[in-house]
Amino acid sequence: MTFIRLLRYVVLRAASLFITVVVGVYLAILIANMGGYVDEIRKAQIREQVGATMLADQKLRTMPPNEVRRVIDQQIALEETRLGLDRPFLLRSFAYLSDALTLSLGRAERLTSDKGSRQVRDIILERLPATLLLFGTADLIVFFTAIFVALFLSRRYGSWLDKTVVALAPTSSAPAWFYGIFLILIFASVFRILPFGGMVDVPPPESALEYGLSVLQHLILPVSAILVGSLFIAIYNWRTFFLIYSSEDYVEVAKAKGLPSGAIERRYILRPTLPPIITSFAFALISLWSGAIILETVFSWPGLGRLLFQAVGLFDTPVIIGSVVIYAYLLALTVFLLDILYALVDPRVKVGGEAGRSL
Amino acid sequence: MSALREAFKEFTQYPSAIMGLLIIAALIMLSIYTVIAIPYSEGMRLWRGGEDIWIENPRNARPRWVNVFLKERLPETIIVNTPPGAAKLGKPLSGGLRALDMTLSFDYLYDAFPSEINLFLKAKFKENRPYVSFFWVTPDGRRIPLGERSVRGSERFSISLDRNLAQRLGRRPPEIGLFSGPDATIENAVPLKGRYQLQLEGFFFEESSDLEARLVVYGQVHGLAGTDHRRRDLIVALLWGTPVALAFGFLAAVGSTLTTLLIAAIGVWFGRWVDAAIQRVTEVNAILPVLPILIMIGIFYSRSLWVMLGAIILLSIFSLGIKTYRSILLQVKESPYIEAARTYGTGNFRIIFRYMIPRIIPVLIPQFVTLIPSFVFLEAGLAVLGLGDPVLPTWGKVVNDAYANGALYKGYYYWVLAPSVLLMLTGAGFALVGFALDRVFNPRLRTL
Repeated sequence: MTFIRLLRYVVLRAASLFITVVVGVYLAILIANMGGYVDEIRKAQIREQVGATMLADQKLRTMPPNEVRRVIDQQIALEETRLGLDRPFLLRSFAYLSDALTLSLGRAERLTSDKGSRQVRDIILERLPATLLLFGTADLIVFFTAIFVALFLSRRYGSWLDKTVVALAPTSSAPAWFYGIFLILIFASVFRILPFGGMVDVPPPESALEYGLSVLQHLILPVSAILVGSLFIAIYNWRTFFLIYSSEDYVEVAKAKGLPSGAIERRYILRPTLPPIITSFAFALISLWSGAIILETVFSWPGLGRLLFQAVGLFDTPVIIGSVVIYAYLLALTVFLLDILYALVDPRVKVGGEAGRSL
Repeated sequence: MSALREAFKEFTQYPSAIMGLLIIAALIMLSIYTVIAIPYSEGMRLWRGGEDIWIENPRNARPRWVNVFLKERLPETIIVNTPPGAAKLGKPLSGGLRALDMTLSFDYLYDAFPSEINLFLKAKFKENRPYVSFFWVTPDGRRIPLGERSVRGSERFSISLDRNLAQRLGRRPPEIGLFSGPDATIENAVPLKGRYQLQLEGFFFEESSDLEARLVVYGQVHGLAGTDHRRRDLIVALLWGTPVALAFGFLAAVGSTLTTLLIAAIGVWFGRWVDAAIQRVTEVNAILPVLPILIMIGIFYSRSLWVMLGAIILLSIFSLGIKTYRSILLQVKESPYIEAARTYGTGNFRIIFRYMIPRIIPVLIPQFVTLIPSFVFLEAGLAVLGLGDPVLPTWGKVVNDAYANGALYKGYYYWVLAPSVLLMLTGAGFALVGFALDRVFNPRLRTL
């Protein structure tokens, strides 16, 4: 019964997140297509396909050139009609939408993947691990450090350490990329002990171990930038949460019963605060993902954000739209994973009652 | 009213809040000063101007005050003009010829070399151009010929770019060779201090001919903020960035909080499907990739600051603030005075605007204040990505320029630091005030 309720909750959330992705992608298509750019991508694709099939056609080899030209044009027109490029935009936009949602993102105009593929999907998939590595590392560190430090501080409420963290909380009004600039200036420009950017040394080291170490070395600055940008506010928020919950009556009762402080923290403070913490973590992650674009650009980190930046510079429309689609998916996926976690820790979902949360 | 005064009194109990207020006040004063001292049109003319306006500034010069912290004194730009009527002093020679003999002299007392040397010449003549030879006289008395030419209307003699001269100076760039001893190599060269002269000798071929010369020895420091790669004085962008950033942050914060508040109030008041619809839209909106969408707008439409502003407001109408406002408004809706208003037949929108929204102002103010810097940084971020406003100078665009020209690799730290410090001040000022306000208006936090 519990399992079914959980399943129902997860499916409902998945459905609503999918709607979000659809809306986001559709918005991207609308924006991009106002200038007719999406149409151009599709037309270029058709032209290329028709050209390729015609080249392979033996019959055409013997025809005079302008006859060949005419046949090709005819084929293109036929193909365009078949794909509905002559239909009104409203109808066509749904075709694009289904293309984008199934990740058939077309071919890049200028950018290629490192392996040489011009498929937008290949380019993006190649960049995805770098982004996941950087932000996965940083997010996990922020999440766990913040929880433990916040618990520690709520126990030592009013100490100088606590006051320092509270005083440092406003630093988070500046985003991570901003601190990144300072970190680069200090550790790369002035002291020259850490690299300016990138993910590995150039040329990349041969052995796997050295490669890993080099990546680690390049990770230090961007991860620190993210930490400076979001750690203090996270600690501050959670410390406040813990303090509010630790003044509840049932905590006082537990204390009066003489339970050890570790047990009180785990059972009476952490347990009820986890759902709101996960929710706030989800939204912190969303803003992190968005900031990723600028942070990766500042650190020349070869991830999705930098790809988007490069595509902007080269005006490579298919890659830009592809990146937006991927970001929509990534955001939804992040929230979805946290939702499952939420369902696991929130007793209301398990026991029933008011299922679903107000996100 | 007295409640507000009470709140303000409590607010002033926080030293951090006072500091934040002072920073904000300073920024506002700076904006007002900028708008008055450099009017908009003048600011834009300066910022978008090219060599015609900035030719006498050095490239990538550091701010002048770095000299205070350095052991070596870095040179400032030295400009020497020929005195008016200098040409008339030339001795008349036979056949309508007149001797040209001018000297531009200056004292050079710095410990580093200039960054560039240019000579600007402006000749007046009817048919025959004046003919001039140039000589450089060093403090130790050497006289180095720089070349000769007949001067057209107005021209620039880029002494430091003269390859032949560099060859003759022992393959040293002229700005080093001309300012150091004859045997010094590039590595160990130190500038000779003392009086330098540029002598111009030659002939005027016409009675009414005239020649004006202007020697610019470009320094390595300039003004309060230094210059960029296009010789522009960064102070223009730093000053003008202030009102632009404040106005942008403020308008975006006003636009998004007010619309959000209104939507939340409407949802609560009308309830049922309206409320449900608003809730669902908010959930969808929260997970939209905002920055990528803004980037697309920047690429496909317009990078204008005001278009971005509109887009940001549109995307944040259904922001998460709705959830907070909703939970408070739900309580407000049940209060007796609303019921009373209803009984004597007050209209829906009158209740929303006059009875419900005012109650939420205390919650709104801290959020509003902390929102301002986030929008300022959003704009800076877009500019760092190269999507800044094409016309207006902003802090983000200065950082973007600096990045694009490798300022951090080349050691032009001032170029990145000045706009960053201003951005940080803005962020810190509003954040300090916002945090204090949050504690004042949020009784649950007050004791924490």
